Amino acid sequence: MQWTEFIIFLILFLAVTVLGFVAARWKAGNTLDHLDEWGLGGRKFGSWVTWFLIGGDLYTAYTFVAVPALVFGVGATGFYALPYTVIAYPLVFLPLLRMWSVSRVHGYVTPADYVRGRYGSPLLALLVAITGIVATMPYIALQLVGLESVLRTMGINGSGILGHLPLFIAFLVLALYTYQSGLRAPALIAFVKDILIYLVIIVAIVYLPSKLGGWGHIFTLADAKFTKAGSGGILLNGNNSLQYITLAFGSALALFLYPHSVTGVLASRGRNVIKRNMVALPAYSMLLGLLAMLGFVAIAAGTPALVNQATGRADTNTIIPNLFDTQFPPWFAGIAFAAIGIGALVPAAIMSIAAANLWTRNIYKEYFKKSATPAQEAKQAKLASLVVKLGAVLFIVLLDPQYSIDLQLIGGIIILQTLPTVAISLYTRWFHRWALIAGWVAGLAWGFFMLWAIPNPATNHAHFGGSNLPLKSLSIFGWHPFPGSPVQIYVGFIALIGNFVVAAIVTWILRARKVSNGVDSTQVEDYHAEEGDPRLKEVGVH
Amino acid sequence: MSDSPPRASSGLRWSNWNLLLLVPLVILITPLWNFRGPAFLGMPFFYWSQLAFVIVGVISVGIVYVKTKNEPVNRDLPDLLSVDDLDEGESK
Repeated sequence: MQWTEFIIFLILFLAVTVLGFVAARWKAGNTLDHLDEWGLGGRKFGSWVTWFLIGGDLYTAYTFVAVPALVFGVGATGFYALPYTVIAYPLVFLPLLRMWSVSRVHGYVTPADYVRGRYGSPLLALLVAITGIVATMPYIALQLVGLESVLRTMGINGSGILGHLPLFIAFLVLALYTYQSGLRAPALIAFVKDILIYLVIIVAIVYLPSKLGGWGHIFTLADAKFTKAGSGGILLNGNNSLQYITLAFGSALALFLYPHSVTGVLASRGRNVIKRNMVALPAYSMLLGLLAMLGFVAIAAGTPALVNQATGRADTNTIIPNLFDTQFPPWFAGIAFAAIGIGALVPAAIMSIAAANLWTRNIYKEYFKKSATPAQEAKQAKLASLVVKLGAVLFIVLLDPQYSIDLQLIGGIIILQTLPTVAISLYTRWFHRWALIAGWVAGLAWGFFMLWAIPNPATNHAHFGGSNLPLKSLSIFGWHPFPGSPVQIYVGFIALIGNFVVAAIVTWILRARKVSNGVDSTQVEDYHAEEGDPRLKEVGVH
Repeated sequence: MSDSPPRASSGLRWSNWNLLLLVPLVILITPLWNFRGPAFLGMPFFYWSQLAFVIVGVISVGIVYVKTKNEPVNRDLPDLLSVDDLDEGESK
């Protein structure tokens, strides 16, 4: 048990807990009994708050442990996280502005709300909502994996159900202040989280290489390790370059389709706030790139993965916490662990709020209680956020964490299948609503099938062994377009192409038959409404 | 998705500055980066060049922000702005 680390961790954890509860009164509106207030923080966050909020939202604890762990394991391909977050912001720059404006004019809280308005189709909205919830749930569970890797490194590595108790307590506290303060809690805590993370990474990236003989030496050792293992490498090779590119591109397209990302964007005050953030958010990308290289540092330091007492297996997600534990003085390791631990709380809170908003707006109100008042919606969302978090904890405690990792993999691919419905529709209603449904089904089924068929030799699992498919295994109704090719490609990217092809063909048929494409309740000008525009819907009005 | 041609029917307001948003995509052309040398502070070219490219991304998006912050953009006026600020865009 590392007491110094644990006490510092505990002090910082308690401090953000206090912040979480106090946040209810920060920039408070007239009422918290409205989704605009509880679920979107009053839709009035400025540039700084939004920067911390979205940064805290997208760069999660799981990212912080998993990306370096991937680089530790495979080398250069794990670095895809950098180009991914470099291209994501310019790609979404224009569509997000349109999404913000149309949502502000019509009072949309979720991306599914927008789809309902755009196509007049509760079914399409339901599919988008379900996809969002299903993709988000395992992501929340993975935040627990990040938090737990830190707890276990500090020596809280019990076995059985009891071994998960600290995790349970941490999430209970989180659930309570999210229930009370809504989006304001993670927005306020994100300041602490991000400042700690920047501090820790900058110190780590300067201090650790100098302690271990410099970057040149570190890369030499890493190169030797990969050469000896006969897999991975510090550069890309002919077989994994396409995977690197398609994974970065597909992940970038998917990033702002996740409901929790949209929540962060819709909570901002205006279009210029979003534009400024698209310029400033890559600061986190730089951080992530540097962090990824800590995977090589861990190789040079000879850091072993700890054995998770609950599963009895070595857990590569403990690589970075263990590196900090062995290389930093205890007091600084404590700060680093707090940074990762709090880094789990912020996204978990925002994700649970986003999932709760989807449930409330697009399932509960649509199918169970059409007459729900804004106050009833807020109540329902608060309860749903509790259920979502409890579900995530049970998922981790009762099942092998490997399931969460598998599901998150699937989640990234299925959320990408909402791209034609949520993003393309911001520009054109050319795709028919039934064609979008057909494309969604096709992309989902194909993506899921391809993932299912990928084995993982490392853990001896026959299915869900990763998100990359060798082109030789690509099969289109039994036709193999690239027989014998070992070149890897990202499954989500192929599934998305399938989705587009199906949607286009079905659209063409339905248009020829003049099938109704639903009623569009949005206007052309809605997509350009700016802060202060008289057409904006009032915030938090019953 | 950000580079659709201007179409009056979809209410698209287009500024040519938006084309700069395509510049960061150059990072996806991995044959440009996939080298060991020249190393910088001991880091292979693959790593430091992509890290440095973050700044190219920031500058490209930053120019678009500065040039389009006073929306709406008038799509009938020709683009009369000086090309001096366009250095980043020219590299593509």
